[in-house]
Amino acid sequence: MSERAALAPGRLRVTDLARVASIGVRTRRLRAALSALGIAIGVAAIVAVLGLSASSQAGLLGEIDRLGTNLLTVTTGQTLFGQTAELPLASPAMIGRIGSVTQVADTGSTNASVYRSPLIPSAETGALAVQAATLGLLPVVGASVLHGAYLNGATATDPVAVLGAVAAQRLGIDRVYPGERVWLGGQWFYVSGILSSAVLAPDVDDSVLVGFAAAARYLGFDGRPTTIYVRSQTASVAAVQRVLAATANPEAPNEVDVSQPSDVLTARADAQGALNGLFLGLGAVSLLVGAVGVANIMLISVLERRSEIGLRRALGATRGHIRMQFLSEAVMLALLGGAAGVALGVLATAIYASTKGWATVIPTIAWTGGIGAALAIGALAGLLPAIRAARLSPTEALRTL
Amino acid sequence: MSVVLELDDVTKRYDAEPPVTALAGVSFSVREGELVAIVGPSGSGKSTLLHLMGTLDLPSSGTVRITGLDVASLSDRELSGLRASRIGFVFQQFFLAEHATVLENVADGLLYSGAEASVRRARAAEALGRVGLAQRAGFRPTQLSGGERQRVAIARALVGEPAIVLADEPTGNLDSATGIAIVALLEALHEAGVTIVVITHDRDLAARLPRRVEMLDGRIVADTGLAPHPEVV
Repeated sequence: MSERAALAPGRLRVTDLARVASIGVRTRRLRAALSALGIAIGVAAIVAVLGLSASSQAGLLGEIDRLGTNLLTVTTGQTLFGQTAELPLASPAMIGRIGSVTQVADTGSTNASVYRSPLIPSAETGALAVQAATLGLLPVVGASVLHGAYLNGATATDPVAVLGAVAAQRLGIDRVYPGERVWLGGQWFYVSGILSSAVLAPDVDDSVLVGFAAAARYLGFDGRPTTIYVRSQTASVAAVQRVLAATANPEAPNEVDVSQPSDVLTARADAQGALNGLFLGLGAVSLLVGAVGVANIMLISVLERRSEIGLRRALGATRGHIRMQFLSEAVMLALLGGAAGVALGVLATAIYASTKGWATVIPTIAWTGGIGAALAIGALAGLLPAIRAARLSPTEALRTL
Repeated sequence: MSVVLELDDVTKRYDAEPPVTALAGVSFSVREGELVAIVGPSGSGKSTLLHLMGTLDLPSSGTVRITGLDVASLSDRELSGLRASRIGFVFQQFFLAEHATVLENVADGLLYSGAEASVRRARAAEALGRVGLAQRAGFRPTQLSGGERQRVAIARALVGEPAIVLADEPTGNLDSATGIAIVALLEALHEAGVTIVVITHDRDLAARLPRRVEMLDGRIVADTGLAPHPEVV
């Protein structure tokens, strides 16, 4: 029996296995590259989709951070009977007296509509609102003037309007010329400026803003605020939020809606990831095609390398050694494809993110998942060829054709 | 001297229509240190005999013993271990890996023996010295002549210090002068104590070797028997 025990075949060391498994890759480079291409494309698609989505989220969150999370908005809610409530005239002033509130601005909806000219049918409002706005609005909502100038103490009393970013686009005005005007509430208003997009206050974007005094004089506006924008010290946002409704309308705090726009945006950033399912599916299909490619090449390789298999069996390789060799080769091919795919996906993400001005963010799950998927696919694709190679009898393998 | 290889009434049939009997009741043995030629025309069963002696195939009936071990009693894994440790093969087509150096090719003769890489390389260098190719260790097989390639293959067969070396038409792909040089190398190894069985259809080549076993139609038709050991002469 001790004679037989001496016949236990040696185990291949990892370095030897790596060398033996890489023969196919080293000696047939182009074929290896082409057979790994499918997996590379699949992994690249998955990494890029996850990377782009993470980068765009990071970009949006960065934008939110830059704009500040300390903005609160107070809007009119509904009364118990379902009608639109009103805010007291004194609301903005009362809110301004809360200790940690640093800035307050407000807008009030008018019932006026705005058109490019009086010739436009009155039904085509473009879903634009006309709002009275206080002079301090821009710094509070984090918007700036793109062209022209914002309202000032003088223009706030005159028929002068400032266009929100979306409103300007819908009205077809992209620059401010002297004498540029819009048909607003049945008369001409001169356009003094166009605003940049107010990310935290989308209501401002599709509004045309006029001064409170001008609104009262020309549009029959009652002067009641409908939206109050409040900036507070960042540390006490929650505390301010709690007392805001009662401060804005002490008589009916339940008729006031208080929200934190950055919360809404953060939720939107999170929701973006859900749109990626389709692209991930496409990546998965590509991986599947890649797996078939690797399996195909490996099957051909086993046929071509019959004499090598025969020689190895003659040199003392067990069926297990042969199986392991071809399985490892398939895994190695797939891993090379996976690594190339990760690199490609990261590159694509980095290029796209840099054009958008986002930071490049590659979630760990993207590249570990990509490499892991390649590994699993290689093992799966290599299984059948490896079993075939191991089943080949030594004499059959050595038979010369 | 101990018997290295022993065949006792070995028959090999292949299941075909009609069934083919490649070997019919072959018995012979090889003692340690012998150099034997198995000679016969193609179709005489020499290749089948080589496969059975090399444990690459199993007999339909009869017993094959390598260093006293009955091949039929061993598992596939144990047969692999047996080949790795006790049998060296030399093939007509050399079967060298073109992407690897001569030294690596020879060292691969020990790949499945469980030896450390450094040991394998050291023993490969030594085996290359025995076939006179120490200077070619870093070359690739494609840079060598046919005779040199066959020497590399012989070194690979020798590197594990096997109990027996089986050479299948070792000169079949070589011109006659190179073939004679290879036979001379086998003779030199034989004199150094290596047990070698050469399979060939070449009668002239066989005539140079001390013992000849002639085959025809799956049977042994002549055996010159155990030749006196050179040292005894």
